[in-house]
Amino acid sequence: MCLAIPGKIVEFDSVQPMLAKVDVAGVKRNINIGLMEDEQLALGDWVLIHVGFAMSKIGESEAADQLRMLRALGEDELAIEEVRGYSFAEHAAGQNPG
Amino acid sequence: MKYVDEFRDPELINNVSREIAHSVDPGRHYRIMEVCGGHTHAIYRHGLKDVLPENIELVHGPGCPVCVLPMGRVDDGLSIADDPDVIMTAFGDMMRVPGTRGTPLELKARGADIRMVYSPLDALRIAQNNPKKHVCFFAIGFETTAPSTALTLMRAKAQSVRNFSVFCNHVTIVPGIRAILDSPDMRLDGFVGPGHVSTVIGCRPYEFIACDYRKPVAVSGFEPLDILEGILLILRQLRAGEAKVENQYRRIVPWEGNLPALKAMAEVFRLRPYFEWRGLGFISQSALKLSPDYAAWDAEVQFEVPGVRVTDPKAAQCGEVLKGVLKPPQCKLFGTQCNPEHPVGALMVSSEGACAAYYRYARHEAGVSA
Ligand code: SF4
Repeated sequence: MCLAIPGKIVEFDSVQPMLAKVDVAGVKRNINIGLMEDEQLALGDWVLIHVGFAMSKIGESEAADQLRMLRALGEDELAIEEVRGYSFAEHAAGQNPG
Repeated sequence: MKYVDEFRDPELINNVSREIAHSVDPGRHYRIMEVCGGHTHAIYRHGLKDVLPENIELVHGPGCPVCVLPMGRVDDGLSIADDPDVIMTAFGDMMRVPGTRGTPLELKARGADIRMVYSPLDALRIAQNNPKKHVCFFAIGFETTAPSTALTLMRAKAQSVRNFSVFCNHVTIVPGIRAILDSPDMRLDGFVGPGHVSTVIGCRPYEFIACDYRKPVAVSGFEPLDILEGILLILRQLRAGEAKVENQYRRIVPWEGNLPALKAMAEVFRLRPYFEWRGLGFISQSALKLSPDYAAWDAEVQFEVPGVRVTDPKAAQCGEVLKGVLKPPQCKLFGTQCNPEHPVGALMVSSEGACAAYYRYARHEAGVSA
């Protein structure tokens, strides 16, 4: 929960500007970018994600560092499972976890 | 140096570790606290103790949110889940934390509707999908998760979602550190400051540690090299007789933090006059509650929460371990009655908890001595 997950922005949502699609190690999910209003976000940018929210913008090499760190701590699979579990913005197909 | 091969750059590690060895006064014993549970995890995982001189002792801090939550709050939250019209939602870590009647997971097995979520927004969505039910989110965490809860509540209010509430257990890291500094049995020389919490709050809130208590602080990242560099910054300050806040994790942590996140927290939360932390007792202004504007979404207003106080099982020494007074294996239950499959205390549940990290990585090499 305290270790952030790095994700690459691959799509913006024209209807809901608070959302953006990120790619985390191949898994693509929508996250909330409402806390990033002080940053100019563009496609291809990397962000650190906590519980479905982007918290900071980072460089590509920092993102790679972060992923390697999660892997070293044995937290990478949990991180991907978490991202896969974000269901708040999956249209129609969204399922309730649990 | 068990894990040294996996270090990104063993050469750099060796250089820093040599510099650390040069910076210590051999006649002095150093106690440096890593505040964040993520650091604790990394320190055990990489066997960092082995690359540090003998006279540097790393003391684990209170930075594991499920660990500092007292058992009474778990019971309080679960009492809300007793209501058959309620769907309780919580993060995965929380699902395995024991209350006096068992863990949320055990209660779920007995029929309560308790669901794991990965984001507070998922809890809100469950509320929108289940208009006949009330959905409560068991919110925990430091400033890494509090802004997310805040934004979720702002959304619930904006969309008038009335069947949703938050049982708020967010704590703020700085008063926890202050309580440790004021604790008579603690003698610390410096602090490795939390990395990701600081992306939200920035570095300024730690200045009192340097100014009022004259202790160095180095906000640090989570890779072995980051942590060692943080320790080196602290040792250099100590040698120069300085005390200031330094930011080792500049590549991620802005000095000012994340202003929109702080704004969202200020909009939704108010400081509680006091809040109980496991092991540290009641700490004033150390936790967040919902502001009166959000009373309609505040589980503590909407439900009768008993507000119970429960002491930990007698032999459990979670409090001492949380304060850094004892090391995990010094607890009588460690590895016997308390293990990751059957955790007695939350420190054995979360990967950020000192006991779980010690159990996973350090148990075999150190035997039972601390
Ligand atoms: S071993 Fe278990 S009971 Fe003992 S301090 Fe750790 S979590 Fe608490």
